[in-house]
Formats: sequence, structure tokens, C-alpha cells
Amino acid sequence: MQSILAVDDSASMRQMVAFTLKGAGYHVIEAADGQEAYEKAMTQSVDLVLTDQNMPRMDGVTLVKNLRALATYASTPILILTTESGEEVKSKGRAAGATGWLVKPFDPTKLLEVIRKVIR
Amino acid sequence: MGEISNAGLQQDDFDLTQFYAVFFEEARENLANMESMLLDIDIARPTDEELNAIFRVAHSIKGGAATFGFGDVATLTHELETLLDRLRRHELSLRRGMVDLLLEAGDVVKAQLARYQGSTDQSPPTDVLIGRIRQMAAGQEAAAEPTQGARCLEVRIGPLKDGSAADGLVELFRDIPDLGTIEALDLGQFSAEGVRRFKVMTRSPDSELLELFSFHVAREQVQIADSGAAATAPQAGVAAQDPLAGARPAAPESDGYGFFVDPKTLPAQAAAAQPAAVEGDPARRSDARAKPAAGGLESTTLRVSVEKVDQLINLVGELVITQAMLTQQAKDLDAVKFSSLLGGITDLERSSRHLQETVMSIRMTPMSFVFNRFPRLIRDLAAKLGKELDLKMVGEATELDKGLIEKIIDPLTHLVRNSADHGIETPEKRLAAGKPAHGTITLSAAHQGGSILIQVSDDGQGLRRERIVHKARERGLPVRDDMTDPEVWALIWEPGFSTADEISDVSGRGVGMDVVRKNIAALNGTVELDSAEGYGTRVTVRLPLTLAIMDGMSIGVGGETYILPLSSVVESFQVTAGMVQTVGATGRVVKVREEFMPVIALDDVFRVPRQDGDRAPEIMMILEAEGKRVAALVHELLGQHQVVVKNLETNYRRVPDISGATILGDGRVALIVDTASLVKRARH
Repeated sequence: MQSILAVDDSASMRQMVAFTLKGAGYHVIEAADGQEAYEKAMTQSVDLVLTDQNMPRMDGVTLVKNLRALATYASTPILILTTESGEEVKSKGRAAGATGWLVKPFDPTKLLEVIRKVIR
Repeated sequence: MGEISNAGLQQDDFDLTQFYAVFFEEARENLANMESMLLDIDIARPTDEELNAIFRVAHSIKGGAATFGFGDVATLTHELETLLDRLRRHELSLRRGMVDLLLEAGDVVKAQLARYQGSTDQSPPTDVLIGRIRQMAAGQEAAAEPTQGARCLEVRIGPLKDGSAADGLVELFRDIPDLGTIEALDLGQFSAEGVRRFKVMTRSPDSELLELFSFHVAREQVQIADSGAAATAPQAGVAAQDPLAGARPAAPESDGYGFFVDPKTLPAQAAAAQPAAVEGDPARRSDARAKPAAGGLESTTLRVSVEKVDQLINLVGELVITQAMLTQQAKDLDAVKFSSLLGGITDLERSSRHLQETVMSIRMTPMSFVFNRFPRLIRDLAAKLGKELDLKMVGEATELDKGLIEKIIDPLTHLVRNSADHGIETPEKRLAAGKPAHGTITLSAAHQGGSILIQVSDDGQGLRRERIVHKARERGLPVRDDMTDPEVWALIWEPGFSTADEISDVSGRGVGMDVVRKNIAALNGTVELDSAEGYGTRVTVRLPLTLAIMDGMSIGVGGETYILPLSSVVESFQVTAGMVQTVGATGRVVKVREEFMPVIALDDVFRVPRQDGDRAPEIMMILEAEGKRVAALVHELLGQHQVVVKNLETNYRRVPDISGATILGDGRVALIVDTASLVKRARH
């Protein structure tokens, strides 16, 4: 079973994403901010990271950067969530090494579609 | 967000309503945090952390609202997000009017959400509000740095073979304090000629910038130009036009997502990424190493529904009652023959008591839950009344049973309003009296024995004796010239009493203080006034720590056992001949020291059937409630102990003069007397 690390400071969003992903057969690890996500990523293996940008303690782009610095996460698919006009997040995310982006709000089908495209 | 194809999913439909409750709770907390932060923020010097945190509130609520389909909330919070984004980037500076507007908007979002949760029908109109937010967001075309001298530049780097070298420039601005800000204008992609474009705001001269840039790219490849108004234009205005409309992202822009690299060539990512030192708060780095598995936000708290906790408390209560019965039954057993059984029962008694205390403590909530709503109230009152008000809070961590916490909010609110309205004087009056222009209202909470003491005090004008006496006389209340101050203050509790010159709509309709006292009495509590004219007033509320367990006095009436709340028992004595005198046709009174008190026979009140040969009741219990006393005639004084209070209304129905019930050790039910209603009945 593949594992996905879902990072968002909003509990309702995390729950929705977890529910969607679990329903599709993925194992889901949740984190409420970049710091927690980073710590969890270091101790568990993860096949894909899905992260929001605006979070306390460590934001999404910084998380991406930090993960890419780890050998084990050098090529793990990482998706950043952005808002409609979030060009800056897209460019920062790309510079940090993210694999791609997904616009919020997304519907569950879209989420699964995108994930299937990148997860190995 | 509805129709979904069956791509191997366990449910045919994504029912997002199951997440609503979490979203509403989350939004509620977020809004409360935002309000708190806005009230605490230093308008002249807001920290980045505060601005970011407030931004995240709007962002988070917007994300959830959009995802779960609450369109009006999403629209409003989107506007707030835009304004807050500009604030956190220092493109706007914080002003008091902005804080007021944000507070107001927060209230509207709250109202919008309330509609979805079913508590109102009205959807608040938001057009005007949104207009004002947009105006505020467009208002200050600040030279982005908070102070003068910042220049707005367009920096072009290239031609480059590897565009990511230019990303090093972004690092510079992050690592070097006060260098300025940098923003990619081109989505991280090359232009056709291999050139990267950035917008830079800085107070540093070109030469310094070039020096720094040369760490990452060759000097000749850097072009710096003043960008002038063109660069700021994209941010202005209402419709958030995509400022990068000209740029073309490399990845296919299908609806709502995209990839920076061909997903099938993921390993290539490693080369493109910058090997960077771990970022994030440097102070936290060691923490991250030290407890890898701890997970910072893995809380040591749990969210539990109130129903579950109440159910748990109920069950534990039942357990305690059963255990008491067992103890009772075991009393008569041979101590030697049944020594291990008796030992077991003693252990059980200890464990049950411990369990009960622990479970009761689950419902204990800190007073900050109540106190935290007051900063906002004080702010609004100060504005409305034209006074300067300061709020101090002491002992917010003091805990009180959740059920009581909710019921204390209204009375406390009324007391605070009273202080603000009638207590604290206008700044002019205060200065004239040699006081500081701002008045202070202090909320404090502390434990004392088995009770909690909550005080609302102010340094205002205090209670004015003559005015109270005068008003009391006007209303025909009994007033003597030799009344002590506390006796005069006590007149305030009389229904219909109010000394407000005009009835301000903040308080003072004369429905206030007596209702406050009644509400507090309903919680088995007491309230007292203390004041020094010219110096201030203090109101002290004393409440039992919990409603579920009570100290009671068991009394025998006929063959029945009743419980009197210990807090309402003043004294008891044996009746002797001649003590009780008849008044009128059926009334009886007893004289205790210098006071005459009405007498009520509980066996009459509760119509306990008398058997032949029963003696008349001969024990007098002096009971006090709401400041008045009554003498109750009973047969026996059985003893004092803690009882678990069971709600009669939920188990049976409301019974007059009875406030609850409990189950005694022998399994019988004992009713708990509502002394306030008894007192009222006797003295009407």
C-alpha cells in the first residue's frame, strides 16, 4: 500500500483529503504544519507529499526545500496546493523542487487524478 | 463536487457534509483567534508573525468554505485575504480603521457561518462591507517598505543556461536582513531569450545589489532598471487581474493543476533542486533532531464531545451510588467471616471516589473561556460610551465546571457592562477627580475551599449612597437613616431598582441586578456588592465548583428523607414550648435572637403523610436563600454528607420546591429541597 503525507493546518481539509485518499486505497499520514510533516517524513517512508502553502512554523515551500535536501526524498513526488491566483507560490514551489501544483478548492476526483499521475 | 466516477472508490458519492462539523468548529476557533490577535496587536508596530497568523485565518476559512461549498463565506474571506496579504507583505500599513473593519468582517463571517449551522435564517448583507474592504486594500499605494526611500526595480538576469541560478537571488533577499524584497515576475520560467525577470524593492543602491548578485550570476548578466508605477499596478484595483498573464508556464495548464517537470522523469528533479541547509526557525532545528518521533503538533489534548463526557459522568455517578449501596449492605456483616469481602468493598469505595474526582475534573474548564470574550466587549463599550477602558484579568487559569461556565457568562457580562456604564466615569470627570483618564475593570477568579470566587471590580465612582437611598424611597422600599452601607448596597438587589439617569441601552433597564442574583442563585451561588464612594465597586460571585456533587444535610420529614443544600443551612435547634407564635389565621413565626422568621412545616409543604402516633416535628432548621431567611420544621436531623445530584426534570418532571434528587446508600431516593423557592413561598 502506498503512503501519502497530507499537510494542511486546516483539520477539516486534512480530514477530507484523508478520507478521499483512504477510500482510494492509500495509507495517509497527516500533519498540521511543515515542521510536523518534516519530522514525520524523517521517520516514516512516504510515496507522495501533498502540502498546503500557508501554515504556521514551516510553510509549504520551505517544507519542499527541506525534504529535497534529504536523500530519501530527492525524487519523491511533492505537490503544493495553491490558490487561483497563486503564481508566486507556483514559482517558489518550482524553485524549491516541487513536482507540481494543485489549485484549491479542488474536488476529490481531481485530487485522485493528479496523484495517480505522479505517484510511482 | 458531486458526481464522481467509480474509479475504485468505496463510496459512490463524496459526501462532504461529514466534514462540515469540523470545519465549523475550526472556523469558530480561527475567528476567535483572529479577534484576539486584532485586539492585542500593536497598531504602530505589528510583527510579521502576527500579520501572517491573521492572514492564515482568512486563508484557511476561505479554503474550507470554497471546498465545502459555502460561497458567500468564501467570497468575503477572499476579500479579507487580499487585504491581509497586502498587509503582511508590508504593501499596506496597519491602521486603526483597518483593525475595526477586520473585527467587523469577522463578526459577519461568524453570522454567515451561523446561518449554515441553522441558528439564524438571515444572511447578513455583505456588499457594502466588501466594498469597504476593497477600498482599504487599494487605499495605500505605499512604497512597499514601511519607511521612505525604497525603490522599485525590475531586475533582468540573463541570458542564462540554467534558470535556477537566478533563484539564488531569492535566497539573498531572504538571508540578508533589510535588503528588501524580491519577487519573480516570470513564474520561474525563462523568457524566450533565456532571461529571468524579478521585481525588487530595496533601499540599497544598485552597486550593493550588484555586489551581492555576483555571488550567483555574472555581473554582466544583471540588468537593473527602475520599474516605476507599472510594477505596482498589478496589485492595485479590485478585480485581481493576473499580473503574470503574459507569462506562459511550461507545463500544460489543464483545469486546476500542473507539473513543473514531466511526471515521468521525476529523478531529474534532484539535479534541479538547490541543496540547501534545512530551513525553518534555526532555534527549532535542534528540537527537530532531539525528538524525531514526537511530532510537534501531536497534542497532549483530545477533542471529545460534551455528550460523551456527560454520559461518562452519569455512569460514574451510578457506579458511586451502587458502591454506596454495597457499603451499606456490608455494614452488618460479620467482620471476621467476611473480612476479605469487606476489604474489597473498602478498596472499591476508594477507587470509586478517585474515579469520580478524576471524571469530574474532565469537565473543568479554565475561566479564560469566559474572560476571553470581554476584551472585545470592553473595546466596543469604550467606543460607544466615549470612555477609556482598560481590562485586567487575573486568575484566568482557574477552573470551573463546564456547565457552570456557560451559565455564568450572562451575569458576568451584565456586571461588566454595569461597571463600564455606571461605574467608570468619563475621562474628563476622572481627570478632574485626580484619577487617570482611563478606567480599569478587573476580572478575577480564584478557588477558595470548595468554591470559586469570581470578582468584577472597577476603579470608578463607586456606589453613591444618597442616590440609592433616594431611589429606594421613591420606590417605596423600606429605608432607615441608620442603615449601614452594606445594607444600602443590598437595596440594589430589589427588582425594578435602577439609578441610571437615563436608561442607557448598555444596561440599567432595572431588570439587571435582581436577575443577576437570581441566575447566580440558580447555580447554588451567592453574590455580594462592596463599594467605596469615589474609589470603585467590587462584585463578588461565589459558586460551588460543580453542580453535580453537593454537600447536603439529610433531614427526616415524616418517614421520608430530604436533603438540604448545606450552603443554605444557617443553624438548627430544638423547638421548645412557646418559641413558635401564631400570626394571623395560619401563619406562624419564630423569634431567633432579634429576628422574626416565618415558619414552614416541611411535612405540610411536601404533604408527607402522617402516621398515627407520630410526634409533631420539633427540629427547626434556619435556612437562608437570596438574603432571606425562613425556619423549617422537620422531624430529624440525620447527618451531613456529599450527594450526587440527579436531575429530576430529565428523569421525571419539574417538581415545585425540589431542585433535584439523589439515591441514598440504602437505595431509596431522597429529594433535594430548593431552598430559594421555599423561602419565596414562605415570605410572599
